[in-house]
Amino acid sequence: MAKKGIKGILRRLLPALFKNKKDIKLGFYGPPNAGKTSLANRICKDFTGEEIGTVSKVPHETRNVQFKEKVEISYKGKKMTFKMIDTPGITTKVDYEDFLKYKMNKQDAKNRAKEATQGIIESIKWLDDMDLVVIVLDATENPYNQVNITIIGNLVARKIPVLIVANKSDLNKADVKKIQDAFPEYPVIGLSAKYGKNLDDFYDAIFKLSKKVK
Amino acid sequence: MTKEVRKHLGNIKGFAIQFIPYSEIKSLNADDRIRKILNIVLGNNIIILQGKLKAEEESRLIGDTMAMIGHVKDFKGIELAVIGSDEKTNVFDRFRKSFVNVLSGGDMAAITIIGPASVVKEIKRNPKKIELLLNK
Repeated sequence: MAKKGIKGILRRLLPALFKNKKDIKLGFYGPPNAGKTSLANRICKDFTGEEIGTVSKVPHETRNVQFKEKVEISYKGKKMTFKMIDTPGITTKVDYEDFLKYKMNKQDAKNRAKEATQGIIESIKWLDDMDLVVIVLDATENPYNQVNITIIGNLVARKIPVLIVANKSDLNKADVKKIQDAFPEYPVIGLSAKYGKNLDDFYDAIFKLSKKVK
Repeated sequence: MTKEVRKHLGNIKGFAIQFIPYSEIKSLNADDRIRKILNIVLGNNIIILQGKLKAEEESRLIGDTMAMIGHVKDFKGIELAVIGSDEKTNVFDRFRKSFVNVLSGGDMAAITIIGPASVVKEIKRNPKKIELLLNK
């Protein structure tokens, strides 16, 4: 009888003790072509040697949610294991004719548009399952976009910690301050995923926010 | 009207601007709110909604919009912008605003603009102004 009681207590206590060891689901969200996959690739390549997905100048290159399990990030002697989740870019409109500019034939453009719309629906569904989200924005673009505000609003409602990345900071037109001014209530890190610039600040912020994960 | 504006407006196919007071959607559930909005937008109308949708309603609106692209002829999605609800205010103002919002059932200080992407090319939003760019 006593044995059974101890077993029961252990069964309840052990998962609680190892709760923090669970991999943190780290999502990459944002508008198309902001560099979500580039950033996820940079991290995955640095810590696993493999990339998570392909990148392209044509918008909506990522049309399915992509994963990389067990990405152990080491930073300043600390280690944390993440499940990286790269999501298709969210937008309110998808027009196949936009893809024709990239020398794509009409049928391929239509297929890409169809897959892109499905990818956006999938991205939105995944919002519920994230532990921590990185919103990747293009620092050369106007941040006052309702989609960005909608994504952040959804994460706040779900009490999911948010980090905003102002990507493409290497470009002359980049304005990291404008993004900081647009979202003063959230941490904003300016970086260049393409050149791996300022990733230390990014890892620092991720480790800090990981402590807020419930 | 300047010559430049007239030149652009002359090329736009018919559309209307419809104002929806918050009282018209206040009692509706999320499904009915989204259905109402999309029905109006599909008729090539631009909606000016008093107040704003909840964040989860906005994301559902985006999801439902995506589901309609490719199934509704010439529908390419929507343009969406909310203005006037997130001004930087002090704690007292924020408390007062929340209190008013609770009493009125929504954020009355905000205005939401939603239009079909075939009509509205872009809604440029800066903190102090909003520009509606229409398709030719």
